[in-house]
Amino acid sequence: MTWVLNNLGLILELTLEHIRLSILPIVLGFLIAIPLGWVAYRYRLTRGLILTLVGLLYTIPSLALFVILPPLLGIGFLSEANVIIALTIYAVAIMARSVADALASVDPDVRQAATAVGYSSWGRFWGVDFPLAGPVLLAGLRVVAVSTVSLLTVGIVVGVQSLGYLFTNGYERGILASVLTGVVMTVLVALLFDRVLVLLGRLLMPWTRTRTAPLAKGAAA
Amino acid sequence: MNLFLDAFAWLADPANWVGSGSIPQRLAEHLRYTGLAVLVASLIAVPLGWWIGHTGRGRELVVGLTGAARALPSFGLLFLFVMVAGVLQREPASVVVLMLLAVPPILAGAYAGFEVIDRRIIDAARAMGMTEWQILWKVEVPLGLPLLFGGLRSGVLQVVATAVLISYIGLGGLGYDIVQGIELRRFDQMLGSAILIIALALLLDAAFALLERWAVPRGVRAGRLPEPRTAPTGRRATAESPATTEREEKN
Repeated sequence: MTWVLNNLGLILELTLEHIRLSILPIVLGFLIAIPLGWVAYRYRLTRGLILTLVGLLYTIPSLALFVILPPLLGIGFLSEANVIIALTIYAVAIMARSVADALASVDPDVRQAATAVGYSSWGRFWGVDFPLAGPVLLAGLRVVAVSTVSLLTVGIVVGVQSLGYLFTNGYERGILASVLTGVVMTVLVALLFDRVLVLLGRLLMPWTRTRTAPLAKGAAA
Repeated sequence: MNLFLDAFAWLADPANWVGSGSIPQRLAEHLRYTGLAVLVASLIAVPLGWWIGHTGRGRELVVGLTGAARALPSFGLLFLFVMVAGVLQREPASVVVLMLLAVPPILAGAYAGFEVIDRRIIDAARAMGMTEWQILWKVEVPLGLPLLFGGLRSGVLQVVATAVLISYIGLGGLGYDIVQGIELRRFDQMLGSAILIIALALLLDAAFALLERWAVPRGVRAGRLPEPRTAPTGRRATAESPATTEREEKN
């Protein structure tokens, strides 16, 4: 406990850094996954292709990806961009499948009705399909957020500061409190992201508020 | 791209293939940790998952466990367990962490495999006079096998990926060359072993994908069509059936 009190500044700084570095991959992953997931949902041929590809990307162990990306993209080995791009790849890998599932979850009758009342396909996608796919999208995004926060800790091995610093530094110096604090704070940051996403979902999808919450959860499986 | 040529040169260098710390030895260590962890995890998770699936009791446990496991940073757990157990016990401590990581996906796979079985099939089996034990082994286990292999697949991948990190606490495995390469700034070694690790992960993934497909009972492949008149062929029914699992763990 004394260690925590003496290092409050460091813990706070690393937590903020962790939050900052997690946001970009989550947002980017979501944005990139929308067109990818749509293509996967829309055509049978691309569905197999895209879902297999993201499945393979997801299979790559994180440390190996952190090492292999810099020479592949010509970026600095110790740069933040390296870790952000790697985490974005994982986010896309999870989210693309989620988007495809989410779009498939929209009632075809509703889709036809929208077309019948004169929606263009572009307008229908954003005005009807996308919002109705919201609950499943949200479930996928929650998985992305929690996994990104947890994975970011590995970035410390290639020198990117995050709560992972508390693991490696604590281990090297034999401070159990540091490692424990790191684990607890990582879980707390993950929970924070999860709560924020749920609140955002309630805010943006008021129609889901009256229904029972577990609906979105079940649909994600 | 020059760095990649160096990496392949490192991989092809015969000196890296013999003696202590050679590539085959690291690979063997990696597979040993992975195999041990997954084996122990299966011994715990498969019977438990089957029991939950058969009785329907304790579903919340599966849901809660898989959710909580996702938020836990495995990298941190590794350090935590090794420090609590003591550096001398770091090998068993690491295997315990790897095992803990493998339990939730295997448990979920074993349970979900039973859960997706049409209740009418179980009722039919019971009506034919099968004992509970026969229902378990002759109906539920074969039908649940594809999803169980799906769970094993995510478990193995999770463990293979996390086993890369155990070299950070002074143990072997394929991650050793990466961690050492980072410290010594030896890019050929780092990249070479990263390529090796990726190849291993992809190979294991492919092997389990085949297992999942192979495990679909022949009767299901031919017979389980939701709407017999509209479904085209048996093969397609296989592709649509439970073989797709949740793969949400990652390291």
